[in-house]
Amino acid sequence: MTDPLLIWSYLAEGPLLWLTATLVAYLIGDRLFQAADRQSWANPVMIAVFLLALLLWSTGTDYQTYFEGAQFVHFMLGPATVALALPLFDNLPRVRKAAFPMIAGLLVGSGVAVLSALGIAYHFGIEGEVLASLAPKSTTAPVAIGIAERIGGQPTLTATLVLLTGIFGAIVVTPLLDLLKVRDWRARGFAAGVAAHGIGTARAFQVNQTAGAFSGIGMGLNAVLTAIIAPFALKFFGQ
Amino acid sequence: MIISLAIILIFQLTGELLSRLLDLPLPGPVVGLCLLICACLMRPALADKLRPVTQGLLSHLSLFFVPAGVGVIAHLGVIRDYGIGLALAICVSTVLAIGSGALVFAAVARWTGADDPSAMKERSDD
Repeated sequence: MTDPLLIWSYLAEGPLLWLTATLVAYLIGDRLFQAADRQSWANPVMIAVFLLALLLWSTGTDYQTYFEGAQFVHFMLGPATVALALPLFDNLPRVRKAAFPMIAGLLVGSGVAVLSALGIAYHFGIEGEVLASLAPKSTTAPVAIGIAERIGGQPTLTATLVLLTGIFGAIVVTPLLDLLKVRDWRARGFAAGVAAHGIGTARAFQVNQTAGAFSGIGMGLNAVLTAIIAPFALKFFGQ
Repeated sequence: MIISLAIILIFQLTGELLSRLLDLPLPGPVVGLCLLICACLMRPALADKLRPVTQGLLSHLSLFFVPAGVGVIAHLGVIRDYGIGLALAICVSTVLAIGSGALVFAAVARWTGADDPSAMKERSDD
């Protein structure tokens, strides 16, 4: 029989093990999410990330090695974004009717996301590179990284802040909007997309197709608006 | 299924090319999304053809964020260094942005008569 350590080092190098681990961790997360009556605190992304982090830590595997295997799953973010065209197309009559509410919700949601984050961080003495990395935190990751690079931020820190924002937003959106008594699925989804990008959109699709479609629009529009306002917001805080 | 996937990838590829050629502020997949909506408007049959695959992709949208999410753990050190300020900035501003965005959307929908009774959450829903 071959040395188990040799088998392990063979498997740990290839994509098979990490791809399988990613899918299994997600399935466990999704099961727990279903078992928790689809409550938003049992976010499947958060559970899967936690399980995989535990696995990487206990086997002493670095993130680079893991990502080489898991990048096939990561790649699917692109086609899934294109696929958002279908719910948007199906909801087009609704979208046309909601032009004014969307413009207003976008300006306020996007502006508040950038300015309040910068204001709070600045108050705690955070400046320079870190503040610049925080500015686009509500924007979808590829755009956020592009914005951060242009205004002097750090790409990896930006990606981390973007993901934390998305997971937190996906967890709070349902209880928060229930508390505020917002019953309009369009408003609920749109705000989730503007403030919590793709992870907020994934949450919206778990709950309602119309909310998901509007969340996708919110995410796309916020990406454009944040690219425009982030440099000015940063200047406002003297950076 | 393979045809649908190929069509989606072709739209993503075209979006990526346009985004880079024209130096657009939008990433390739988002440009691809816009192109696909236009294509569906011109040929509604395309939407029916793609729907099974797009529904499959979107019902597990969360899965695709997992690999990047694991990267958060790798960078948690940075978050710890800036501690409470960064954590508060993320949490408070996300709550404020979702709350204000949704309230303003709903208020403007009422003022402009853009209410949509078919898009209201039932009180008994999740």
